[in-house]
Amino acid sequence: MAVLEILTYPSEILKQVSAPVERFDDELRAFIADLEETRLAGPGAVGIAAPQVGRFQRIVIVDVSNMKRPVPNHGHRVLINPEITEWEGYAVGREGCLSVPDYTGNVIRAEQIRLEAFDPQGEKRSFDMTGFEARAVQHEIDHLDGLLFLDRLVSRRNDLFRRKVYQKGKKN
Amino acid sequence: MNHWYMLTLVGEDRPGIVAKLTHALYEGGANLGEAAMARLGGNFTIMLMVGFPGTARQLQEVIESEVDSLGLRAHIDPIQGHLHQHLEPDVWVTVYGADRAGIVAQITGALAEAGLNILDLQSDVAGTESAPVYVMIIEGQAGEGIEGLKSAVSVIASQGVEVDIEPIETLIG
Repeated sequence: MAVLEILTYPSEILKQVSAPVERFDDELRAFIADLEETRLAGPGAVGIAAPQVGRFQRIVIVDVSNMKRPVPNHGHRVLINPEITEWEGYAVGREGCLSVPDYTGNVIRAEQIRLEAFDPQGEKRSFDMTGFEARAVQHEIDHLDGLLFLDRLVSRRNDLFRRKVYQKGKKN
Repeated sequence: MNHWYMLTLVGEDRPGIVAKLTHALYEGGANLGEAAMARLGGNFTIMLMVGFPGTARQLQEVIESEVDSLGLRAHIDPIQGHLHQHLEPDVWVTVYGADRAGIVAQITGALAEAGLNILDLQSDVAGTESAPVYVMIIEGQAGEGIEGLKSAVSVIASQGVEVDIEPIETLIG
């Protein structure tokens, strides 16, 4: 077990697309343990993606089960080769990133997602996620595609009315 | 060794002010930190953290000709500030209602008493001349919790002003 070094922007290699995992072996699981240790060593991170530590494979960890204000969640989840198959609704929320120190900004994400992913044993699983957990998964999957939340920033000035719209109806 | 200055500029708004000013600053050896520009009532306003090796007077000289030709007024203060001093907001307050004198004083007074530290405030007057609508968005830190803020503004909110107080859960991932 080891805490790995987090790559931070402007390191350009964060912008590359990661490749799918093909072998679900002990080496993969050892890496996942290190990735989790790295997440826990950071400042309150609810997720981490493999490319943030320089491994360009489609592996993320999400865990929103320890929030000060509890939110719906599936506990600690390792998501390998994750694919979002359905999106619904959208919401503005505040995000920061282990790879972008000292900055947070507002980002629009889908409110509900359906997700398919493999677990560390190579079993395929599917999840319906909502709210903060869905946001965390979308943030982490972006890392697998070379995107940072900086690529999705929205203005702070327009938040008020945008937020009211999605609270009333999610079909917009 | 650079010193930080706060450069404040005000004047009639027109296209190209930011580009011309920042070009003059760059050519004069200055370096920009954090900045906020807003168009307020048709006026151009900006506050810029400027890192500069010289004195305030020398900085004034760097921008003088652009400031004059753009018809701006400039104000320069040496500051103790530093970069990377951000505080994370944990609460979001939105206020709107028929515009009348005293809304901001009442709301922010009640919130301050209940422990709010304002980090960012933007406000605007929407609607029409005959029926103006005041809109304000505040981000801050609720030093004594959000419930206290809610009850602090509940009396004012019952007087025709809509106040919404929501936690900001910043996702770090």
